[in-house]
Amino acid sequence: MATDAPPPPEASTDIRPAQPTTEAFTAVQESAEFGELRRSYRSFAFPLTIAFVLWYLLYVLLSNYAGGFMGTKVYSNINVAFVLGLAQFVTTFLIAWFYSRHAAAKLDPKAEAIKSRMEADA
Amino acid sequence: MSAAYHSHPALQLAASSTTEHRPLIITLFAVFVAATLGITVWAGRQTRSASDFYAGGRQFTAFQNGLAVSGDYMSAASFLGIAGAIALFGYDGFLYSIGFLVAWLVALLLVAEPLRNSGRYTMGDVLAYRMRQRPVRTASGVSTIVVSIFYLLAQMAGAGVLVSLLLGITSDAGKILIVALVGVLMIVYVTIGGMKGTTWVQMVKAVLLIAGALLMTFLVLLKFDFNISDLLGTAAAKSGHGAAFLEPGLKYGATGTSKLDFLSLGIALVLGTAGLPHILIRFYTVPTAKAARKSVNWAIGIIGAFYLMTIALGFGAAALIGPAEIKAKNPAGNAAAPQLAEYLGGVGTTGGAVLLAVISAVAFATILAVVAGLTLASSSSFAHDIYANVIRKGKATEKEEMRAARWATVLIGAVAIVLGAFARDMNVAGLVALAFAVAASANLPTILYSLFWKRFTTQGALWSIYGGLASSVILVLFSPVVSGNPKTSMFKGVDFAWFPLENPGLISIPLGFLLGWVGSLLSKEEPDKGKYAELEVKSLTGVGAH
Repeated sequence: MATDAPPPPEASTDIRPAQPTTEAFTAVQESAEFGELRRSYRSFAFPLTIAFVLWYLLYVLLSNYAGGFMGTKVYSNINVAFVLGLAQFVTTFLIAWFYSRHAAAKLDPKAEAIKSRMEADA
Repeated sequence: MSAAYHSHPALQLAASSTTEHRPLIITLFAVFVAATLGITVWAGRQTRSASDFYAGGRQFTAFQNGLAVSGDYMSAASFLGIAGAIALFGYDGFLYSIGFLVAWLVALLLVAEPLRNSGRYTMGDVLAYRMRQRPVRTASGVSTIVVSIFYLLAQMAGAGVLVSLLLGITSDAGKILIVALVGVLMIVYVTIGGMKGTTWVQMVKAVLLIAGALLMTFLVLLKFDFNISDLLGTAAAKSGHGAAFLEPGLKYGATGTSKLDFLSLGIALVLGTAGLPHILIRFYTVPTAKAARKSVNWAIGIIGAFYLMTIALGFGAAALIGPAEIKAKNPAGNAAAPQLAEYLGGVGTTGGAVLLAVISAVAFATILAVVAGLTLASSSSFAHDIYANVIRKGKATEKEEMRAARWATVLIGAVAIVLGAFARDMNVAGLVALAFAVAASANLPTILYSLFWKRFTTQGALWSIYGGLASSVILVLFSPVVSGNPKTSMFKGVDFAWFPLENPGLISIPLGFLLGWVGSLLSKEEPDKGKYAELEVKSLTGVGAH
């Protein structure tokens, strides 16, 4: 059953690397390198979050208050409501892919560099 | 209900075939229960430390966790509730599917990775990181337990429906006995198997549920020669509502109030997921934040595929079974999916009985896996946040903490059994939406402020958690969900409702955010800059993560 799970370590205690001091954390937080990581994360994730929440709310509000438009037939029994509902699925998949690509390319290398340096210093 | 049940010839036939094949159904249930108990015992042998019990040793791969997250998330609400809601209300039922899926983006973009990087076992680890530990951990524990109990209620209601449908048990005593059996099983899974056992049960369940849904979707589409428009058209005609069945508004479009209810539901669904404790603790079972991100991506793929299939299941039930027969079995539509399974296999034939038994066993597995996840989340929070950090002030040993978690599991199981007896005729998707509203009001504001707002204080966290929690629970208490509606209220025959909406999210979610903000601004306490530096750097980089 568990053939594809890695074997548990002999003594499975909660392994945790050495902890840097609060001063070290504060110094990194104020560094330009971390500032860039934070900007790169926030300037991507925050606007994207606002965008998909608004797009979803637009869909809910249209369902509520634009019944005529939503009921417009597009093809046979398929109406606008159905198409917009499926569009929510598609955008969800696309946004997840888009964010993950950004994170892998822009965030992970920066985060990894800071992490390994801090853990080596601690 | 029993009168309607016996008067309808088709249902009588279905009931007799069910009775005939009862041994088969019971065998399938028993096989699943035996298999999961086997997994649990196996996992229990490997559960030694607190990290094993709470976080499955953090050894699961992203794909395994993605499956388990899906298994934890796709509850009886998703399977029985959404299929029933679409079958009875058409397009309006589909909103659940969309809201439940889009919500994952909040978890992916804002919560999963920072939480994995900065927490250890519970949601409270992150909420209390920068704050005074005892009050914030208490608040987080209370909120975790309340949200989980709301959610448990829905699963118990689903279990009651299934079993009365399958085993022909219609007496109250019989149903309560089944709810009690589910409760006992979940206590066993969690106390023995911990997070490892729960995770494996959830993975098995996710595979079964997807396979069951795929099979039914295929059979439904086969009946309509894979013409979706034809399926929708037949569903609309059979529903008695015509084209309106395929448009929004059938359930929520009647009045201005019901439209607000729809908006409230929509907001609660999309903001609730990232505040559900039983989902959040799943991110601790993988080794890194990157693996947490990947598991959310797997979950979005699996859950998205499943919700797309709810279109075929719900509209298929409407087209092939029809609303009258669905309502006769369960007024809220919770029995639509099993009824559809029996129809697809052939009512009165062995094929029908087999498919009904298989799909019901899948639904039963679904309920057990979610119930185990919820129980684990609430007992972990009790043991780690309230017992170890508040009552024992951080001095409890790992052994004592795990013992507390196991006792808490027994207690929460008992509470769920008692409450489950009251919630039988409510649509389980509606009940789960309430849990989402409470989570979005009490937990999400504090999670986001903690991670991203440096001026957030202990007072802000407490106002936000307790304010969001109290407002959402009080509004539900005085809503038509609890009293005032003779058909669907939890307490029939009494009316003390003054809040018109069924879902409180529209009021309580903004209130939770507002209270966190105002509470922080009015606070005399200076935010701890050093702690915020620690949390922010950890959350984005994973320095020093467990």
